[in-house]
Amino acid sequence: MVDMKHRAEGRQYIGIDQVSGPLIFVKGIHNVGYNEIAEIVDSKGRVRLGTVLETADGAAVIQVFEGTSGLSIPETRIRFRGESLRFGVGTEILGRVFNGLGEPIDGGPPPMVEEMMDVNGLAINPTAREYPRKFIQTGISAIDGMNTLVRGQKLPIFSGTGLPHNKLVAQITRQAKIVGEDTEFAVVFAAMGIKHDVSRYFVRNFEESGVLEKVVFILNLADDPSVERLVTPRVALTAAEFLAFRLHMHVLVILSDMTNYCESLREISTVREEIPSRKGYPGYLYSDLSAIYERAGMLKGVDGSITQMPILTMPNDDISHPVPDLSGYITEGQIVLERELDQRNIYPPIAGLPSLSRLMKDGIGEGMTRADHAHVASQLFAAYSHVKDVRALAAVIGEEELTPLDKTYLDFGNRFEREYLTQGEYEDRSIVQTLDIGWKVLSYLPKEELHRISEEELNKFYGK
Amino acid sequence: MLEIIGKVAKVIGPVVHAREVANAKMLDLVEVGEDHLVGEIVKLDRDRAAIQVYEDTTGLRPGSNIYSPGVPLSVELGPGLLGTIYDGVQRPLEVIRDTSGSGYIQKGIHATPLMREKTWEFVPTMTIGAVVEGGEIFGTIQETSFIEHRLLVPPDVKGRVVWAAPAGPHSIDETALRVEGTQGEAIEVKFHQRWPVRTPRPSKTRLPLRLPLVTGQRVIDTLFPQAKGGTVVVPGGFGTGKTMIQHALAKWCDADIIVYIGCGERGNEMTDVLMSFPELIDPRTKRPLMERTIMIANTSNMPVAAREASIYTGITIAEYYRDQGYHVAIMADSTSRWAEALRELSGRMEEMPADEGFPAYLPTRLAEFYERAGMVQTLSGREGSISIAGAVSPPGGDFSEPVTQHTKRFVRCLWALDRQLANARHYPAISWLDSYSEYVDEISDWWQDRSNGEWIGLRHQILNLLQQEGKLQQVVKLVGPDVLPDTQRIVLETCEIFKNAFLQQNSYDKIDMFCTPEKQIKMLRVITDYYTLGLEAIKKGANIHQLKKLEVYSDILRMKFSVSNDEPEKIDAIREKLHRSMQQVTEMFE
Repeated sequence: MVDMKHRAEGRQYIGIDQVSGPLIFVKGIHNVGYNEIAEIVDSKGRVRLGTVLETADGAAVIQVFEGTSGLSIPETRIRFRGESLRFGVGTEILGRVFNGLGEPIDGGPPPMVEEMMDVNGLAINPTAREYPRKFIQTGISAIDGMNTLVRGQKLPIFSGTGLPHNKLVAQITRQAKIVGEDTEFAVVFAAMGIKHDVSRYFVRNFEESGVLEKVVFILNLADDPSVERLVTPRVALTAAEFLAFRLHMHVLVILSDMTNYCESLREISTVREEIPSRKGYPGYLYSDLSAIYERAGMLKGVDGSITQMPILTMPNDDISHPVPDLSGYITEGQIVLERELDQRNIYPPIAGLPSLSRLMKDGIGEGMTRADHAHVASQLFAAYSHVKDVRALAAVIGEEELTPLDKTYLDFGNRFEREYLTQGEYEDRSIVQTLDIGWKVLSYLPKEELHRISEEELNKFYGK
Repeated sequence: MLEIIGKVAKVIGPVVHAREVANAKMLDLVEVGEDHLVGEIVKLDRDRAAIQVYEDTTGLRPGSNIYSPGVPLSVELGPGLLGTIYDGVQRPLEVIRDTSGSGYIQKGIHATPLMREKTWEFVPTMTIGAVVEGGEIFGTIQETSFIEHRLLVPPDVKGRVVWAAPAGPHSIDETALRVEGTQGEAIEVKFHQRWPVRTPRPSKTRLPLRLPLVTGQRVIDTLFPQAKGGTVVVPGGFGTGKTMIQHALAKWCDADIIVYIGCGERGNEMTDVLMSFPELIDPRTKRPLMERTIMIANTSNMPVAAREASIYTGITIAEYYRDQGYHVAIMADSTSRWAEALRELSGRMEEMPADEGFPAYLPTRLAEFYERAGMVQTLSGREGSISIAGAVSPPGGDFSEPVTQHTKRFVRCLWALDRQLANARHYPAISWLDSYSEYVDEISDWWQDRSNGEWIGLRHQILNLLQQEGKLQQVVKLVGPDVLPDTQRIVLETCEIFKNAFLQQNSYDKIDMFCTPEKQIKMLRVITDYYTLGLEAIKKGANIHQLKKLEVYSDILRMKFSVSNDEPEKIDAIREKLHRSMQQVTEMFE
C-alpha cells in the first residue's frame, strides 16, 4: 500500500491555476521536485494522488491519477510529499488485491510494510545481470518446442480481440515449472483497463489451481481512472522486484493489457500538447515501454527471477501498429496468436512463423531439454514455412496440380497443426513428449527434405 | 575547478532549463543540482540555457545550482580501455557495480573511466631533445597480450621533448613527457589524454578504400562486402536478426579493435556479449575476443540523453585506436534508438519537428557520424581505419521511414533484412534482392589475388542466377514448377542449393559460425560448377530428378558443416566427386 505517514508532512498550497483533462497547473509554489508525488485534496476532503510532470520556478504541471472531476480552481489544496511514488512492500502482499496505485482494495487490513520502494525502479546494470538460460516448461508444445521460454525472459503475447490469450496465459501460469526443480512460481498479476469478468476469470483460475496465496493482484479495471494505469505496471514490478530479489522467489509477472497502458500515455501526451510520432503516440513511447519491460531478468549472485508475460491486443490484428511494434523491439521475442488458426478451431492458435523466442538458443539442448531440440525446431519452422508457400500456390493452381512432394508438404502442414500445435486446455505435455510429436510429424516428410537435421539424429529419431 | 554557472529554472524529464547563466559555452559539460547529475549545454540564449542531463532527474528542483568545469563533454583515452564496458558517457559499469554493491545503477554515481592505481609497463621510443608534433608515438604499452597500446602526443601539442618518463611501470596519471612548446611554454603529457566527443580527431589524409573487412559471414563477404573504412546500414524489423549480425561481426570480423555500442537496446543482449566474448577465441590471434573489444552499453531503460551521447563516446574511442594505426570496426545497435533520443530531446526543447517528429537536423547528425569512418593516414604516418555497421530499427519494418532513408544517403552498403527469410529461420536474413554494396570494385583485387582471378566471375554468375530465379519464381507462383523446362529448373535447383548451403549460416554451429575466404571461394566454385555441369547434362538428355538423386548432392548441402576451416581441400574432393558424377550422368546419354 502507499505509505500514509508522510501525509502530514510536506508543503501545502491552496488554489490551483488551471485544469485540463487529467492535468492540473499550479503557480506560486516553491521547491517542487521533478516526479515528486502530490496529494490533491478537493473541497469535500477527498484525497487523490498525482505526480509532477514538469517543474519550473514557482509553477508545476501535475498529472492526477484518479481523474480531475470535481476539482475547483480556488478550493483545491495541494500537498507535495517531497518524494516520488513509493509502494510499501512486505511478505504480506502475497495473496492480496491492490488498486492501480498500490492501495489494498480487498477489504483486508493494510499489509505489514517491510520496505518502501520507489515504484519507478532503477535500471539494472548490464554487468550485474545474470543471463537467462533456465528452461521453463509450460507444457504447451508450440511454446516449449519452438518458442522456448526461459526464466528471467520477457516474452509477450501479441493477441487480438476475441482470441483466447487469457485462456493461454492461465494455462501457462498453471503449468509452468522448471523440470527437476521444486520451485513454485509466485505470480504478480497487473490488470490495466481489462474487464471485470476477465479479472474474475483469472482469480477463479488461480483459486482452482490452489495458488491464490502466491498471487499479488494489482488491478486497474476498465472503469477505473485511466491515468492510474500509468503507474499500475510500475507498482506491480516493484512488488515483483521485492519478491524476487529480497525474498528470492521466482516471479511470473503478467501485464494485461499493455495496449490500454499505451492509450493512457497517449492521452496524457496529447493533453500536454507534445509533438506526436506515429499514430499520435508520443516519441518517447519506446523509452517508456522499455522502462517497464527491462525490469524483467535476474541478478548475478542473487537468487530469484522476474519473468514477464505482457499481453497486448494488436489493434486490427496489425502487428506493425506502434504498440506491438515497439514492444517487439524491446522484448525477447513474442508469441503471436493468429485469427485464422482460431477460426479453424485450433487451440492454442499460436502462429508458427512470426512467433519467436530470442533466448531459446541458450536454454535448450543437451542437459537442458534434449540434444536434438534446436535442429527439430529449426526444421519445423523451415518445413512449415514451405507449407505456407505451397498453400498459396495451391490456392492459385489447385491442389491437383501440385507436385507429389508439395502434396506431401500440404499433408505435413495439416498434421503439424492438428497433432503438434493443437492440444487441450488442461493438457500438460512434457518437453520429451513435445519433441517426440515433432519427430512424428516430421517423419511424414521424406528424409532428404530434412536439411537442418544431422545424419545421426535422423538415424536415431526419424520414423521411430 | 567547479564553478557555479547558473540555476535550474525548469525541469522537463531529461531536459533542464537554466537561468542566470554566465560563463557557459555551447556543449560544455555541467553538473546539475547537489546530486551533481552530469549534463551538457545544448542551447544558449542570453542568460538562459538548455541542458540535456545524462541521469534521471527525479527530485530535481528549480533553484538548484548548476556547476561546470568549463570543458566540453570528453572521453578519457589511454591504456585500460580494452575489455571494459562503459555506459553512454563513459562511466565504467563494472566499477559502478562493484563500488555501489548493487545490481542497479544508482543516481549520481561517479567513477573515472580508466583505472588510476593500475601500472603499465612503459617502453619509451622518444629521446630527449626530439621535436614532436601531435599524433606522434612516444612510447608503447602492452595493453592486452595482442594489442600494443601506442601512446600518442595529443593532437594540439607541438614542441621539443625536455624530459621523458623512464621505461618501467607507470600509472596513467603520471607525467610521460615534458615538452617545451613552440612559444617556450611548458607542456605536460600524461599517459592518458582527454578528447571532446563531438569533435572528430584529426588525421593527415584520407586514403582510398581497398581492403575488405572480412567477416566470415558468406552472404556478406561474397555478395555484399564491407570495406575496411567503409560504412554499412543494416535495417530490419524486430526479430529479423539485426543484433545477431552485429554480434557475428563483433566476433569474427578481421578488425584489430572492436567498439560495440549497445545504444538503447536490451540489457540481456549486452550481458550475452559480456558472458560469451571472454570465452570465444579470435580465429586469427587465438586470444579471447574480449581482449580486442570495448563495449558501450546504454540500454533502453538507461537515461535517454546518455543514449544520444553513446555513439559519440564510441566513435571517439575508435578514432583514438585508429590514430595508433589500427583497423577499428564499430557496431552501433541501434542508430534508430539514438535518433529517437534526439527526437525526444528535441521535442522537450520545443523545437520545430520535421518528418515524423524527428528534428530537421537529423540528416546532418547522421552524416557527421558516418563521415567519421574511413581509411586514413594518421598524423604519425601510419594506416588506420574505422568501419561502421549501423543497425536501424524501422517502425513496422517499413524502410521508407526517415532514419533508414537518411542513413542510406550517407552509407555505401546496405544489408536489408527480410521478414520472410527470418520467419523461415533463414539466417542471416539478408535479402539478396534488396541489398547492395558499392565497395565491390574497390576490394575485388584482394579477392582476385586469392582466387586465381576467378572471384569476380563466380560472383557475377551466382548473382545472375539469383536474378533469373527471382523472375522464374513469379512464374512458379502462378503455375507451379512442373511446367518449367529442366533447363530452367536447374536454375531454381542451383539457387536452392546456394541459399541452403551457402547463404544460410548457423551462428551456433562450431564450424559454420565462421567461414574463411578460402573456404567461401571453394564452396562458390562447387555450386557454380553444379549449375554449369548440370545444365550440360540436361542438354545432353538428363533430367532434374536424376541430378537430385546424385549422392554428391547431399555432400554439397552439408559441406558448410562437414568441412572445417582448416581443411578446405576437402571441398576440392567434393568438387571432384561432383565432376565425376556429372560425367557419369552425361555418359549415359552419349
